Amino acid sequence: MTSPALLRADLESALGSRFSAELNWRARPARECVSTGIARLDALTGGLPRGAITEIHGPASSGRTSLMVSMLAAAAMHEEICALADAGDAFDPASAQAAGVDLSRLLWVRCGGNPEHALKVADMLVQAGGFGLVALDLGDVSPSVARRIPLASWYRLRRAIEDTPTVMLLVEREQTVKSCASLVLEMRRETVAWSGAAGCSRLLRSARFRAASAGTSVPIELAG
Amino acid sequence: MFAAVHGAELAQLARCVADFSPYVEETSSSTAVISIDGLAHLFGSPREIADAIARRAADLGLAANVAIADNPDLAVHGARGFSGVTVMEPGREVGLPVALLEPPEEIALTLALWGIRTFGELAALPEDGVAERLGDEGVQLQRLARGAGGRPLAPSNPAPPFAESIEMEHALTLLEPLAFLLGRLLHDLCARLESRGLAAHELKLSLALEGADPHQRTLRLPYPMRAAGTFLKLLSLDLEMHPPGAPVTAVTLSAEAVNPRVVQHGLFIPLAPEPQKLELTLARIAKLVGEGNAGSPELMDTHRRGQYTLTPISAASANRCQSILAQFLPVLRQFRPPLRAQVEAPDGRPVRVHAPGVRGRVLESAGPWRTSGDWWIEDAWARDEWDVALSDSALYLLYRDRRNGQWFVEGAYD
Repeated sequence: MTSPALLRADLESALGSRFSAELNWRARPARECVSTGIARLDALTGGLPRGAITEIHGPASSGRTSLMVSMLAAAAMHEEICALADAGDAFDPASAQAAGVDLSRLLWVRCGGNPEHALKVADMLVQAGGFGLVALDLGDVSPSVARRIPLASWYRLRRAIEDTPTVMLLVEREQTVKSCASLVLEMRRETVAWSGAAGCSRLLRSARFRAASAGTSVPIELAG
Repeated sequence: MFAAVHGAELAQLARCVADFSPYVEETSSSTAVISIDGLAHLFGSPREIADAIARRAADLGLAANVAIADNPDLAVHGARGFSGVTVMEPGREVGLPVALLEPPEEIALTLALWGIRTFGELAALPEDGVAERLGDEGVQLQRLARGAGGRPLAPSNPAPPFAESIEMEHALTLLEPLAFLLGRLLHDLCARLESRGLAAHELKLSLALEGADPHQRTLRLPYPMRAAGTFLKLLSLDLEMHPPGAPVTAVTLSAEAVNPRVVQHGLFIPLAPEPQKLELTLARIAKLVGEGNAGSPELMDTHRRGQYTLTPISAASANRCQSILAQFLPVLRQFRPPLRAQVEAPDGRPVRVHAPGVRGRVLESAGPWRTSGDWWIEDAWARDEWDVALSDSALYLLYRDRRNGQWFVEGAYD
């Protein structure tokens, strides 16, 4: 007999007299996943799980926003309506459109630097239902402030999104959601390529990032 | 399409066609016209609709001609020119006598002199010649003879204005009892809209105030609705954001009625928020973060960086997406407003940057990229942009305002 089955038998024999029914665990069906828009990342993670929170964290210029925008573009490509609760008013529509985001399918909520409002907005958007992807951008919120968000708020958000087909995306500097996130991606920047010689007029050509999940990492290159 | 009934007293004809449509045009003392759009589900083809109208006329003891056509004028001419039931297919009108067009006496005389007696003969005349000899009236008659009348139906019994009002003996000072009254008015309003098969596209609320000008609010809906509960929540949220400045003595609520939206649902239609829920959520979000802070961004037609407008998002109005994932540079995270910076630039190239939250030595840089615009207005802009990698391991977009030499950090590439 396998160890979970043994454990269950032990528990039932010990507690059976106190409960009328057997202890039946409901097996959760495998979550449907959608593409991140980046093939290597899809291969690493299997895609973004629907009905769950995906957390992207990393320092400034680590590619978090580029990854979020790529995911928004991928969702818009499937003709889904997306929403962005932007705590720091940092979203740049021009670069998002250049990255392939269909702006007419994006609801952008500017929260004026108030992470609490952003969290409430994300909750309302999830409760409204029907969004393919809801992103909560706390990328400019300092980790100390983000850590002050009670864990109960994240549990509430996780519960609200659980039985929906919505992908919940969270962008921040450090990991704060803990066990409420089904997928955690840690971003860091590797190299930046410039055209031309130093001292002359030149271009920022490309940047190479590395996304890590569950101990495995893949490089992601964004090039103009 | 339109159906014209001709041949009996107008009151009896109106009674006959009122069973098919509430919008009846009383064209003359013996002719009435209705629109038959939407009747296909009930009666079938245009011929079957015409037969149904003829049967109804017979039940009422009327000897009336019925004609169906693409426009009201052609239907009227068909009903006057052909006996029984007629569906005016293209070319059917050519044999009708010109007298049915009821031309002015002078034009009728001219046409008689020319030997023009039928619609077909008038239609065949060269248009320029008709305009030259008979003027605008002649051209209009020729258009009618060609069956090309495109005027809308002019119903003689237009829908009544959808408005409800109530006056209070004692002025209201709280929003909760006001919401209670609004709920009652909305319930009546929506019931009337439903009885007419209409929905509201816009709600206007006018509150008469004690010793002050009326407080007026307009609620524009993204699509026609007639859900009293949703209206009440939207109005309540709006009044919480824009409360009246004095006690309320009377409430008037009016709705602009239009045809309801018809949506075909399907298994393979992409995920989208339910419009009513989305509207309520947007109203709640607007209450939380302020009006004008939620919407779909739309880039403005300018080279100036960061210029956009927020337009209301609607689940129904999104365009079909045809984009493919583009290759792109790291996306910019904007600082709004840009951070004023102290920049050391001994030979014009930045070597050290100091701004709130941004500090470091410039390791790599690219630029300057010179841009300018709007020089013809007061709010002109001219700047030199730099992409820099700082020693704090982040990439930034800097710019120097060429009008005053001041440096700013526009945002961070992320």
